[in-house]
Amino acid sequence: MSLPVKERFYPKLLMLCALTSILVVVLVGFFVFLQGYPLLAKKGFFSFLFGMNWLPGEGTFGILPMVAGTLAVTFGSLLIGVPLGVTTAIFLAEYAPKTIAFWTRRSVELLAGIPSVVYGLFGMTIIVPAVRFAAVNWFGDLLSPEMKTGFGIVAASLVLAIMILPTIVNISEDALRAVPHEYKEGSYALGVPRWQTIFYNQLPAARAGITAGIVLGMGRAIGETMAILMVAGNAPALPRSIFSPVRTLSGNIGLEMAYASGDHAQALFATGVVLFLVIMLLNGFALLVAGKGVRAR
Amino acid sequence: MSIKLKERLAEGFVWGAALLTVAILVLIVGYILVQGLGKLSLSFFLENPRRMGSEGGILSPLIGTIFFTLLTMSLATPVGVGAAIYLTEFTREGPLVRVIRFFTDALAGIPSIVIGLFGFAFFVVLLRPLTGGWSILTGSLTAFCMILPTIVRVSEEALHSIPQSFREGSLALGVSKWDTVIHVVLPSAFPGILTASLLGVGRVIGETAALLLTLGGSLLVPKSVFSPARTLSMHLYLVAMETGEFSVAFATAAVLVLVILLLNLAGYYLLRRLMARVGGA
Repeated sequence: MSLPVKERFYPKLLMLCALTSILVVVLVGFFVFLQGYPLLAKKGFFSFLFGMNWLPGEGTFGILPMVAGTLAVTFGSLLIGVPLGVTTAIFLAEYAPKTIAFWTRRSVELLAGIPSVVYGLFGMTIIVPAVRFAAVNWFGDLLSPEMKTGFGIVAASLVLAIMILPTIVNISEDALRAVPHEYKEGSYALGVPRWQTIFYNQLPAARAGITAGIVLGMGRAIGETMAILMVAGNAPALPRSIFSPVRTLSGNIGLEMAYASGDHAQALFATGVVLFLVIMLLNGFALLVAGKGVRAR
Repeated sequence: MSIKLKERLAEGFVWGAALLTVAILVLIVGYILVQGLGKLSLSFFLENPRRMGSEGGILSPLIGTIFFTLLTMSLATPVGVGAAIYLTEFTREGPLVRVIRFFTDALAGIPSIVIGLFGFAFFVVLLRPLTGGWSILTGSLTAFCMILPTIVRVSEEALHSIPQSFREGSLALGVSKWDTVIHVVLPSAFPGILTASLLGVGRVIGETAALLLTLGGSLLVPKSVFSPARTLSMHLYLVAMETGEFSVAFATAAVLVLVILLLNLAGYYLLRRLMARVGGA
């Protein structure tokens, strides 16, 4: 007895849908590499990556300042976002009464839904002036003029820290909840109080998942474009202080792709190649190594 | 320091962090609404932008956003939900499923600007005869790539929440596998799948970076899917950065925030419906 057509044919169609993600990832990688490769071959990958100067008009393409800028704002955002996010996750998993946990979780969800240009606008009109005030009044003597605009690493880190909070909170909370009950009960049975139990028992047990959350948050920070463009100042020069204006890798593409052509456009695609590789490595690490069991709920 | 004091301090610290997280959200949403709501009027919605958007309203970006969102969702929802059905109903855990999951997660992580570069090279340049270069179709195809993982993942969760007994009951009555999925599983999971689409809509509306490279950014009202357009998010960015006219930017941001709030509420309501249907978990 053979199955009717729909029983055999439709599931195959659904399989094609499921394979679309693979196709898209392969296509994205292929086309970005295809466009970026000629320039990388001509200039050399390492002189592109470690070149100090970005002067598209003169055909000089070095992205070290953007690499430094990306690293600076990413670590800045993690410095603020990780303690706040993990502590909020501890609150949700261990301390919060049911209704308060519910509302906190809804707030975090909403935070994830706000468009990045809205964060950018908030950053431009609230955070940048605040940073400018601090730079001028508290460190005025130490800083050169371009560092007193408010646009720069500090402002970008603050905005990014808010934007990566949802990723860190959600994944860390899942990780904390996935810790077997027996661990906590064992600790309580020994008379260990709540915070010590969390600190010495729950957190180490959830380490892998929390690491995955942090790495995925890092990926979001590196990939973010719009909000950063609006608050980072976008100067393609190596930062000399935490108030320096910087340009990130993603910002570099967003800023110049609109009018680039020829070698310049290829150099922007090559910037995309670097971004693509970094993100694939980070996410591969998070999903395969650190994140074992993170998604198993 | 006594243990009791330490415990108290830790508890205060943890509550403080959560409070700060919520306060940040309230501050941002409140600030945007306070700055932007005052500028909203009927004419703001019904007038086209003038002088690069620094004057006039948001009619053309609004129409652009609606066309673009509808087209993107009508591409992404069938494929995403189809993929989720395949992954939950027609496979067992195995190498193929693991590979598909890995790539779906990987796709979710690719920065939108990189997807934008791909969209530019592939849809704008290579497929120009089909897509019309910079156009709503190009932007939608690009955004499709970005929101696919969101829809797959949330639909999968909705399908997983349907108890196994629903399927077994249907199969035991002699209903075929395919008919069980279509007539029993899918209708039960429908609110959850709608939530997946709403989350997708939220992401599409907020997306900007990839669209800068693919949608064209035109201020004119789009005539067809082959016309260039701009969305509200793009409009906000371009107005704030190029004209410095913050009152228009804030009003646009307020519209975006209101839409996101509404989507969020609707998504929550639908999830409640789903939970009520499957007996609450």
